[in-house]
Amino acid sequence: MSAAVAPHIELAGIGKRYGGIQALGGIDLAIAPGTVHALVGENGAGKSTLGKIVGGVIRPDDGEMRVLGEPVRHHAPRDALRHGITVIAQEIALVPDRSIIENVFLGLEPRRAGFVSSRALRRRFAELAERASFELPPDAVVGTLPLAEQQRVEILRGLARDAKLIVFDEPTAALSPPEARALFASIGRLREAGTTIVYVSHFLEEVLALADAVTILKDGRLVRTADAAAETVETLITSMLGRALKTTFPAKVRSAPDAPVVLEIEGLGRGTVVQDASLHVRAGEIVALAGLVGAGRSELARLIFGADRADRGVVRIDGDAFRARRPGDALRRGIAMLPESRKEQALVMDRSVLENVTLAHLGGMCVAGGFVASSREWSRGTAMLERVGVRPQLPKAPVSALSGGNQQKVALGKWLIETPRLLIVDEPTRGVDVGAKRAIYDLIVALAQQGMAVLLISSEVEEALGLAHRVLVMRGGRIVAELDGETTPEAVMSHAFGAVGTEPHTTTTLRMTTGEQPSHAAEETT
Amino acid sequence: MSTETVDPQATDVAADPSKASRFGLRSRVLRDYGIVLILIVLFVVLAVANDAFLTTTNLLNILDQWAPLGIIAMGMTFVLISGGFDLSAGAIYALAGVIAAKSANELGVVPGILLGCLVGVAAGGLNGLLITAAKINAFVATLATSIIVGGITLAITNGNIVFVHARGFPTLARGELIGIRYPVLMLAAAIVLAALVLHKTAFGRYVYAAGGNPEAARLSGIRVGWVQTATYMAVGFGAGLAGTIIAARLSTATPDAGGYPLLFDVFSAVIIGGTSIAGGYGAIWRTVLGVLLLALIGNGFNLMNVDTVYQRIIFGAIILFAVWVDQMARRRSTR
Ligand SMILES: Nc1ncnc2c1ncn2[C@@H]1O[C@H](COP(=O)(O)OP(=O)(O)OP(=O)(O)O)[C@@H](O)[C@H]1O
Ligand SMILES: [Mg+2]
Repeated sequence: MSAAVAPHIELAGIGKRYGGIQALGGIDLAIAPGTVHALVGENGAGKSTLGKIVGGVIRPDDGEMRVLGEPVRHHAPRDALRHGITVIAQEIALVPDRSIIENVFLGLEPRRAGFVSSRALRRRFAELAERASFELPPDAVVGTLPLAEQQRVEILRGLARDAKLIVFDEPTAALSPPEARALFASIGRLREAGTTIVYVSHFLEEVLALADAVTILKDGRLVRTADAAAETVETLITSMLGRALKTTFPAKVRSAPDAPVVLEIEGLGRGTVVQDASLHVRAGEIVALAGLVGAGRSELARLIFGADRADRGVVRIDGDAFRARRPGDALRRGIAMLPESRKEQALVMDRSVLENVTLAHLGGMCVAGGFVASSREWSRGTAMLERVGVRPQLPKAPVSALSGGNQQKVALGKWLIETPRLLIVDEPTRGVDVGAKRAIYDLIVALAQQGMAVLLISSEVEEALGLAHRVLVMRGGRIVAELDGETTPEAVMSHAFGAVGTEPHTTTTLRMTTGEQPSHAAEETT
Repeated sequence: MSTETVDPQATDVAADPSKASRFGLRSRVLRDYGIVLILIVLFVVLAVANDAFLTTTNLLNILDQWAPLGIIAMGMTFVLISGGFDLSAGAIYALAGVIAAKSANELGVVPGILLGCLVGVAAGGLNGLLITAAKINAFVATLATSIIVGGITLAITNGNIVFVHARGFPTLARGELIGIRYPVLMLAAAIVLAALVLHKTAFGRYVYAAGGNPEAARLSGIRVGWVQTATYMAVGFGAGLAGTIIAARLSTATPDAGGYPLLFDVFSAVIIGGTSIAGGYGAIWRTVLGVLLLALIGNGFNLMNVDTVYQRIIFGAIILFAVWVDQMARRRSTR
């Protein structure tokens, strides 16, 4: 970055401790106005903590912050907002029962001469949407929107408050490729309009394509800040992990073609969400469900697991017809499902890490009278936390004290305490860093080799292709294609979109091109 | 909210005390033990201010007097942690007293006691089904059952007081073992039982999970509806037993016994202790302290002859203060 430009925000010696843990220490950072500045680092490196400090969500213990040269001390997000800073959090925080427009202007209405002038609000809403270059139905209820649109609502919220600096914490973790592309387009627009962007992500190609500068964090310390043009995926990984990563995915082991079929479904459906779905997964096989967000992948998984009731069709487990009336039935039958959203569906945030990881299998850790055998729980729980790589190892801390990626590992580990017959994983590595991703892939592949059947749902096409023996593509609630695991991301995406060429505006095909380069991008590094 | 600890020791494992900031440590102690502090201060003030306070007789009397409420509060702690709410405990308490008194007269002491408790469990089960199976909002459902239960009580008694003439029935409230009245022993048993179930069993975990994140609990194979129904049955049992004890103590059962002070005192005790009405957070020891705090305040008023009119006002103010201190400490510790 050219030193001539006065920084938009400047941090000096910023530090934050949680109990005995130094989440962040001695951070010196200057972010130039109108640039995209990326933060990368392992899970728990302190990225979100830094973002939250900038956004006034938490207060630093040490150090100083200057915004446009003026020293600031944020005590709450609204102080940061007064300085034009807003954070779009890793976990979205909107009022789900309210309309988009209400959420966007929440807390701003009273300034309008005593009563809410809806006409003026609507005009302003249209202006904001224009500026961010996307369209949203102002009256839709936020809770019913897909995540990508909720994120847009958050962006508008920030813009409505005149944000000049927006912190995005892993915004694409839960987006499908076209949604991510749309987001990049609006980030580009914002930057052109002079907005400064702080961008946290584990998708390093994405970071390099988008950012002007990159800061690497490790264990709460700043490793270096550099021009994005001077970095490659390999240099980032090496500094993030402190070691090189050979390959992103473990080698594929062919599954036995005559292995027994563990899961078979026929004509399964629910309303129009899932229609006429038929598939099978053999022991040892990893089958991916690909498709866009909203294509019905998670919904299909939920039918198999008994989280929702199917209204037609058959499920067979090991050849026997099986109808899960509720998740407990599926669990007893050896089916486990890591749901899509760790915060909403998988974790009890205020409870301890240990309690969360053992929750679904407590029955097997009880002595007479339903008392939990604490030593058994401790040993099995901590062994699992170790296995999925949760760091730091704090089994007794509330799970909310873990970083996002580590929470995800807890959510996954929870289903592996007893090895299931069939493991359904919905976005298993959402928010997980490159190093830990590999560990999770190894774990899934190893379990499959021992005879477990795996149904994998992933919005990362590379992940689906990197792990799966077969890929089923869903669109509009139906399974529309069955592809070999060696297929290309393009083939998957064209089926996901339907007829080739109907894809909406494609400015940059960032995520798709990352698939074109071999997904084993980091291979050459040593 | 997001960083509340699981139980008092929860994050201590994480914290290396030598490195923990003094502020962090202080606010954590304040959060977890602020109520203890208030209790100790009040205890000392009362002990110094009034000679009659610190005597075994007075202290045991306090416990005896507050035992029924404490027993209901144990059940209510389960209900709140599991994400529920129960407005009908007062009405159940009154009905149970009447049923216990009548059946003690007509069927005998033991059937009287059992039926008193059973009626509570049944009403709690009904609440649970209305809320979890029929999906009626907990406030509305328990408001409705409290009206219905109150109506049944009136219908049974015609609005008259029921006098107990079954000999032996009053022993339930007046009998003693090693110098301690039965209700105090029953309270102690209820505390121990509640603490064991909530903090040591799988069911207790399910209660927290049901209140903390019902969807995650359901997807973990937990029958959230049953867990919540069981908590309503627990508070129903507590209310039933409490109503029976009061009927035995007074040798009469009044149809309008479960008025608002009782219900509000139960909620006050649980909430002052720090159990969240939003569900998912709380502990038995907290409720125990909440009950003790209410008991001390009440006793202090009596010893100091504070006019009952002012008692309620001061009482409410103290509750607000206690909750405020608790929240302040919590908010700070999440920063
Ligand atoms: N509320 C909290 N209480 C205690 N420790 C916390 C709390 N929040 C964060 N931490 C700790 O601070 C460290 C940094 O966390 P942070 O969330 O900033 O990581 P991150 O870089 O965003 O990771 P991820 O990629 O997984 O999102 C972690 O070790 C985490 O456990
Ligand atoms: Mg994070």
